Amino acid sequence: MGALLLILIIGGFLILYIWILYNNLVTAKLRVKESWSQIDVQLRRRSDLIPNLVESVKGYAKHEKSVLENVTKARTDLMKASSPVEKAKADNQLTETLKTLFAVAENYPQLKANENFLQLQRELSDTEDKVAYARQFYNTSVLSYNTNLQIFPNVLIAKNMGFSAEEFFAATEEERKKVSVKFE
Amino acid sequence: MTVSVYKQIEANKTKTWLVMLFFSLFIAMVAFVFGKSTGNGLSWAGIALIISGLMSLISYYNSDKMVLGISGARPADRVRDFDLFTVVENLSIASGLPKPKIYVIDDNAPNAFATGRDPEHAVVCATTGLLEKLNRRQLEGVIGHELSHIQNYDTRLMAIVVVLVGVISLMADWFMHSLWFGGRGSRDNREDRSSFGAIMMVVGIVFAFLSPIIATIIQLAISRRREFLADASSALLTRYPEGLAQALEIISNDRNVLKTASNATAHLFIANPFKDKGFGTKFSGLFDTHPPAIERIKILRSM
Repeated sequence: MGALLLILIIGGFLILYIWILYNNLVTAKLRVKESWSQIDVQLRRRSDLIPNLVESVKGYAKHEKSVLENVTKARTDLMKASSPVEKAKADNQLTETLKTLFAVAENYPQLKANENFLQLQRELSDTEDKVAYARQFYNTSVLSYNTNLQIFPNVLIAKNMGFSAEEFFAATEEERKKVSVKFE
Repeated sequence: MTVSVYKQIEANKTKTWLVMLFFSLFIAMVAFVFGKSTGNGLSWAGIALIISGLMSLISYYNSDKMVLGISGARPADRVRDFDLFTVVENLSIASGLPKPKIYVIDDNAPNAFATGRDPEHAVVCATTGLLEKLNRRQLEGVIGHELSHIQNYDTRLMAIVVVLVGVISLMADWFMHSLWFGGRGSRDNREDRSSFGAIMMVVGIVFAFLSPIIATIIQLAISRRREFLADASSALLTRYPEGLAQALEIISNDRNVLKTASNATAHLFIANPFKDKGFGTKFSGLFDTHPPAIERIKILRSM
């Protein structure tokens, strides 16, 4: 009788533990997913700004063709990328090409004085910040989800419930700061 | 890390209820003593309880509107206040909060505050002076600080404390008035005014003097600890403590005094809007709504 009771109690605790763990993991995974879509929104916003930028630069700096082409190509790559790692890479690529573009723009005083161009530059630098912050939030969510997944004893059963670790959106913090300072 | 932040939020929510309970009891007790000493007995305590309860509820649901009304703020515009608008947007993304309503106060003194009962009803407000004097990175530090107040539910707790402290001051005023002008109602049961009544009278007067002061000190003690926490959370959010440190330097060195701040709203701002005027230096530590800027800057620089 006593042994049966003990088994029942232990079994009860085990079920409770699995129940709570499952719900926690589902919540954390949804948060990761949601924060990922946040990055996606910002990346799309960024991509949408590029054609306008290219147009306004074209008007003043026609013979900077290769720079403009690089930006357009980087944008296309970004739109094609799907996984977090690919997107991170494509986004970094786009950042690089934009840096070159804005450096080139320095040589065209008329372009630099163009209100439309300035507005786009501000919007782009703001979107840059938004991507960085969305990425920060995403990575925090992934960190807390992955931690929950991999600590003992969760690690023993989480896999069997169909949960697996999520990818980080890798990019260094310095890069964010460097870029924003550049735009200021 | 994240765990401790969530724990902090839970603790804050619990504390809000405790503060409401404590204040209601405190008010009831004060009212009881006042009532006894003026001969009105329990009816006072009852009325006081009902009033403080009502005030809590009203402030709970309307604190944002009340504060905005007092300070005469206008809604921010994305084009006109581009930096403020986008910085709030960005940091909301970083903290996972819904974007709060954004307001601007036309005032040269650089300052900012946040209010609202929960993140869904939050308001962030900055002065035009702040927007003119800070660059984007410094503004991020300040806004990060304000968003942390929202995320930690500091805004809810403080909104309620303000109103309850106000009720206590109001009651003390009533009591003092009833001493001068009242007393007519208790003439019939004069036999009640035994030595007990006399003692209660003295206690009542002492309470009348002390209660607003005690209430204020409680309010300040609650608010100062929160500033350090919000500074730390802001640094975590922006990953750039230097921005907030510089902003605090600029704000604390600025000699403009915020015209729209009152005693009731002082603790809401990122830095003390009164620039240590009035109180003697001896008491300034006790009566400041904020820790000294120098100390906050030092901590931020050591992060």
